[in-house]
Amino acid sequence: METILVLTHVDDSGAALTRASLEAVTAGLDLSRQIGSPLAIGILGRDAAAAASAVAATGARLLAVSGESFAQARYATDAAACEALCRAALASIVLAPSSARFSRIAAGVAHRLGGFIDTHITDTHVAAAGAIEATRWFYRQRIEAVITRATRPWFLLLDASTHAAFAGEPAAAQVEPVAVTLPAIRTTVEGFRAPMRGTQTILPDARLLFVAGAGWTKKQPDGQVHLTEASEQILSFLHLSGASLGSSKSLADQKADGGGDQPVLPFLTHLNQIGQTGSTPRHPKGLSTCCHGEEPHAVGWRFIAERRAISLDANCGWTRGKADVVYVADAFQVMARVNALLAARTP
Amino acid sequence: MAHALHIVVCAGVVPDPLQTLEPVTGPNGPGLKNEMVLPAVLDPWAACALYEAAHLATAVPGSKVWLVSLGPKAKLQQVMMTAGQKVSFELVPIDGPIGGFSDAHSTAAALAEAIALLPGLEREHLLLFGGWESATRGAGITLQLVGERLGITEQFQGVDQIAMRDDGSFEVLERVEGGKHQVSVCAGTPAVLGWATGNLPEPRNNPQIGMQNMRAIMPALQKAKPVTLAANGLRYAALSLPKQQRETRLEKNLSPDEIAQELVDWMTAE
Repeated sequence: METILVLTHVDDSGAALTRASLEAVTAGLDLSRQIGSPLAIGILGRDAAAAASAVAATGARLLAVSGESFAQARYATDAAACEALCRAALASIVLAPSSARFSRIAAGVAHRLGGFIDTHITDTHVAAAGAIEATRWFYRQRIEAVITRATRPWFLLLDASTHAAFAGEPAAAQVEPVAVTLPAIRTTVEGFRAPMRGTQTILPDARLLFVAGAGWTKKQPDGQVHLTEASEQILSFLHLSGASLGSSKSLADQKADGGGDQPVLPFLTHLNQIGQTGSTPRHPKGLSTCCHGEEPHAVGWRFIAERRAISLDANCGWTRGKADVVYVADAFQVMARVNALLAARTP
Repeated sequence: MAHALHIVVCAGVVPDPLQTLEPVTGPNGPGLKNEMVLPAVLDPWAACALYEAAHLATAVPGSKVWLVSLGPKAKLQQVMMTAGQKVSFELVPIDGPIGGFSDAHSTAAALAEAIALLPGLEREHLLLFGGWESATRGAGITLQLVGERLGITEQFQGVDQIAMRDDGSFEVLERVEGGKHQVSVCAGTPAVLGWATGNLPEPRNNPQIGMQNMRAIMPALQKAKPVTLAANGLRYAALSLPKQQRETRLEKNLSPDEIAQELVDWMTAE
């Protein structure tokens, strides 16, 4: 008999579970029903007990590690807390979201428990023979594999947006506090820093991903580059549409002339980069401009449901078969008109 | 001034990202078709870690950089012909299988064992560097497991910057959700840093550095210790390429106004 534990953590408020945690709860419930095993939910955070009400409706056993020491994400304290939660639950299967907080510590926790871990899981199911199988990608989303492990405990880190977030009615929860022996703390978390001053351009929950390619910085039909205009158009579009900004590597790598390490577009950093060495964001829609927009250059496209591209190259092999619609046009002209239309709709 | 650092960079070799990959299942388990003849490069994230390590070693006098890499000797030699021209390091090769389908726990055990045996390594001054993910398995767990095996409990992932302070402490910027960095200050080494892209450009090839590195790389490759990697109960039930092929509508004759209107309608539709 397996025992399933879903590890969750609170968000910046300190008292509510993150969306990714609630998605992991859904995955845990599904798996628990499939194999008929008991489910426990472990909660980590400053006020974990308060966050428990959001998952009380699952009927799962609720375990919590609370306190100021766990208000911020830090390897030493988080690993100790999750180790304690796993030991308290006697878990053989541990599901957790692939958040920055848990990605940092999950492998270490698995090692401390003598277990094994697989990450970037997009699906779990039970095979005909009764074995639990998990689906994940290899080689930067270019090969998909179904894996299983005979060894326990088995940790599975679930990619974001692969399950619906659990949305049960909040209710009073019976929470079992779990004590943690704190290790020596040598790291102090001082806060957060946004590399983009002014406009926040990365919005994981946006409906649209706008991908800017290196074409924005190339010479235009008048023989000149128009970086200022490109910046204004892109920022205006992000402001008017609420889209999240992605970038090709070639654009993120470009530095401004005479600007030292300043990026060619001042609001763009490697955090915006998608593709081989960038992130793989998941959004319902994606619009690619002035770039190939497809693997291997922007492999992140794989998790965009509806894809459109604006490109001057009608024969671009990267868009054929990958995008739903390719507009052969000048992105400068099109985006100026898109911005005008969006501005006219804005009250 | 901070004490001299002993920086160990863990780096794998991966197929050139522009190559077409096709999975095959052989007698030794899953792999890539023609894997041994695919051109290989140093893993892109690990390469960022190597450049950051070399930069840091230059800034803190007396520091040293080791590059620990697991792969077939022939592949390591091919990749080192290029990587060895970028920055100075001492290669610690481990002769093992190539590819992303081996188990990360076994890889971590082999790396940790090699690091623990490094002559002259002062563990209390160790910074363990690597990529926060890889372009093969991409699990993002190997470095943490190596750190745990070496007893290092200060770990950072998705690192874009480290700034050493005079008292030996250092500030780290780690990527977190929403395009932000978490800022932490660690009291000092030892620590594990899994790098994202960092901020440094790829160094230009320097033939002098290449010649200096290669003098030690070739003998090290000849003495590389062979390892076999256990599966640890991991089994592959299926391997496949994504099959989804879209019917692309190519619009060549629409005016910018017509395209803009169509795009806005599409974007604003539920």
